[in-house]
Amino acid sequence: MRVMANVGMVMNLDKCIGCHTCSVTCKQVWTNRSGAEYIWFNNVETKPGLGYPRRYEDQEHWKGGWELDRRGRLRLKGGGSIRRILTIFANPDLPGLDDYYEPWTYDYETLVTAPLSEHDPVASPRSQLTGRPIRPTWGTNWEDDLAGAPETASGDPNLRALEPQVQFAYEQAFMFYLPRICEQCLNPSCVASCPSGAIYKREEDGIVLVDQDKCRGWRFCVSGCPYKKVYFNHKSGKAEKCTFCYPRIEAGLPTVCSETCVGRLRYVGIVLYDADRVEAAASERDPRCLREAQLGIFLDPADPAVREAACRDGIPADWIEAARRSPVYALAVHFGVALPLHPEYRTLPMVWYVPPLSPVVSAAAAGRGAEPDPDDVFHAIDELRIPIGYLANLLAAGDRGAVRDVLRRLAAMRAFMRRREVEGVTDETIPAAVGMDVPEIERLYRLLAIAKYEDRYVVPPAHRESADRLLAATDTDFGCAVDDEDRFADSAQAYRQQLVQLDLPGTRRRGLTAGNPPEGAA
Amino acid sequence: MSGAALLFWIVLPYVAITTCTVGHVWRWRRDQFGWTSRSSQLMERRLLSVGSPLFHYGAFAAIAGHVLGILVPASWTAWAGVSEEAYHLFSALAGTAAGLAVVAGFLILLYRRLSVPRVSVTTTRVDWGVYALLAITIGLGVLETTGVNLLGGGYDYRATVAVWFRGLFLLDPHPELMVAAPMLYQFHVVAAWLLFALWPFSRLVHAWSYPILYLGRPWILYRGYRRRAPEPVCTRPSQ
Repeated sequence: MRVMANVGMVMNLDKCIGCHTCSVTCKQVWTNRSGAEYIWFNNVETKPGLGYPRRYEDQEHWKGGWELDRRGRLRLKGGGSIRRILTIFANPDLPGLDDYYEPWTYDYETLVTAPLSEHDPVASPRSQLTGRPIRPTWGTNWEDDLAGAPETASGDPNLRALEPQVQFAYEQAFMFYLPRICEQCLNPSCVASCPSGAIYKREEDGIVLVDQDKCRGWRFCVSGCPYKKVYFNHKSGKAEKCTFCYPRIEAGLPTVCSETCVGRLRYVGIVLYDADRVEAAASERDPRCLREAQLGIFLDPADPAVREAACRDGIPADWIEAARRSPVYALAVHFGVALPLHPEYRTLPMVWYVPPLSPVVSAAAAGRGAEPDPDDVFHAIDELRIPIGYLANLLAAGDRGAVRDVLRRLAAMRAFMRRREVEGVTDETIPAAVGMDVPEIERLYRLLAIAKYEDRYVVPPAHRESADRLLAATDTDFGCAVDDEDRFADSAQAYRQQLVQLDLPGTRRRGLTAGNPPEGAA
Repeated sequence: MSGAALLFWIVLPYVAITTCTVGHVWRWRRDQFGWTSRSSQLMERRLLSVGSPLFHYGAFAAIAGHVLGILVPASWTAWAGVSEEAYHLFSALAGTAAGLAVVAGFLILLYRRLSVPRVSVTTTRVDWGVYALLAITIGLGVLETTGVNLLGGGYDYRATVAVWFRGLFLLDPHPELMVAAPMLYQFHVVAAWLLFALWPFSRLVHAWSYPILYLGRPWILYRGYRRRAPEPVCTRPSQ
């Protein structure tokens, strides 16, 4: 067993209102630059829809991720390394700019310089690449709220193998939002695809980064990533990707997309896993068992044997503690209500999703001639407006049972709390029906519905200072000798106090540590 | 020896070699961030998928041909039992094939760069310089191989150009050999030296990064930011 820590995120799709605040703040921080105009490290897709870039989920076309060869061994779907260096002069699987979109701005100058006229001047769109007038016909969220869905959404790869029940007529339409960032995979195919060895996984927190000095612009990471979350900056000629806001993570802060999420639907934490079993897990034969396989290599940070092994493998004490409190571990492993996005790509992604509950299909209920009973939660699961099969294709490699299981738990939590709040009855049969007890379901409710800041984000600060410096630090590094005793009293505390103070005005975390409850505190 | 001969066949080569070497060292140390192919495949895919492989594979063949024709002395091939006629026929035919691939690829890529606005705007002044020098070098090279050696009367560059070239590196240059060579060869060589001098300052540096080491690499790479402690400091996790 080799214990490693990996950052992870869970997004509660039940709460996403598709406001794109995450995308906008991410863009402002990371890709508001020349050459990166079309790049969105974070984007929010309306599902069903083609996505960004168009139909990126169709790996038979784009060849991202991994597959098993005939003998059951893991290999890149984009072919072996020999094929890669032979096709390096024209990557056969690279999306073109039009699969993303041609970025544009507006000719704002006209508004100021236009001569006096009867009508207001109009700022017409201009390509951000060529400066020429363009007519925008596609964008990163062009299909927002199912815009154009009757024409395009049937091309959504997740609709495969679904009965013709999925219609885009207004009465039957369904939709939900899917915010996406880099998955920080345990078995990243972008890393494996990079001929230059420029992309790497950080040992300490598993964040996947592109070394901008090592990248030579061969573009295979872009085609290798099945989520298409590595991009090519056409100005610098280098690959860029979502960094999981590593400078913030190092400082113990959540990512920008999480921090600014108005729906408070994102959870950030670390997960301990057994690095020796990654390949075996990713090689699981049945794609529908990949989630189980991935859960199998996650380690229980409350288990003393795991903690001992983690310590032996150099994971700092405060990180082990953070792993124990990790909301990602709680939602994905303990409660089992989060599912990985497209586990069938075999990259073992680390951004998981709580599937959305949705209204019961009234058409189905009307067919039976009865109004759906709001308390008959379990019966209704298969009649939700969002077809289970769709969610299963998105989050469970087609395994409807896994999605049904999660939705039953979420519905049970709602029904239990509803009875308690509305009728004042604590109905223990509801949690029992999904294999939970009352304290458990209350904890899940607190995590998902109350979602306090300190419960959503458990991010241990990085130990950049390294252990040897801590040992060597006698006088010069810490200056004042008086409080040295206290500083070394608790190693975690000592680490934390050494952190470089970042000037991040108004972060709520600071307010919290000072003992101020956040707004909305119960 | 005339001043021009001295300038073109001794000064220019050494200046170009020095610029190329020192320039690469300087660029490698100062500008890792700029060391890239600056691919424009994102902007245009269709023309590139034909032109780029044609050009690159043709160029590989052409480079191999130059190694054989310029670096390997005629006496070595003779010793290996290859007759002058056989060598001539092979080099003219294979050289023509390689040359045609390079020319076709180059023309496609040039057309792409001129006609696709997205590609044009990402083209820098250095890129145009590279294109100009490549056009001259390639064009004259194909005229030599196909025009002179395959279709024409032939010219034994192995007795002049090749000897002069190797002499440069043996510090025994014989500019008179080049003076005697046809103008076609003279211009080809001058353009090539200019290209080598420009090389380290252009996107051509990506040629040295052809990722051959990728073949033997583990799939997943890890890198740490923590320096390794002399001994692991194991604090018992606080409960």
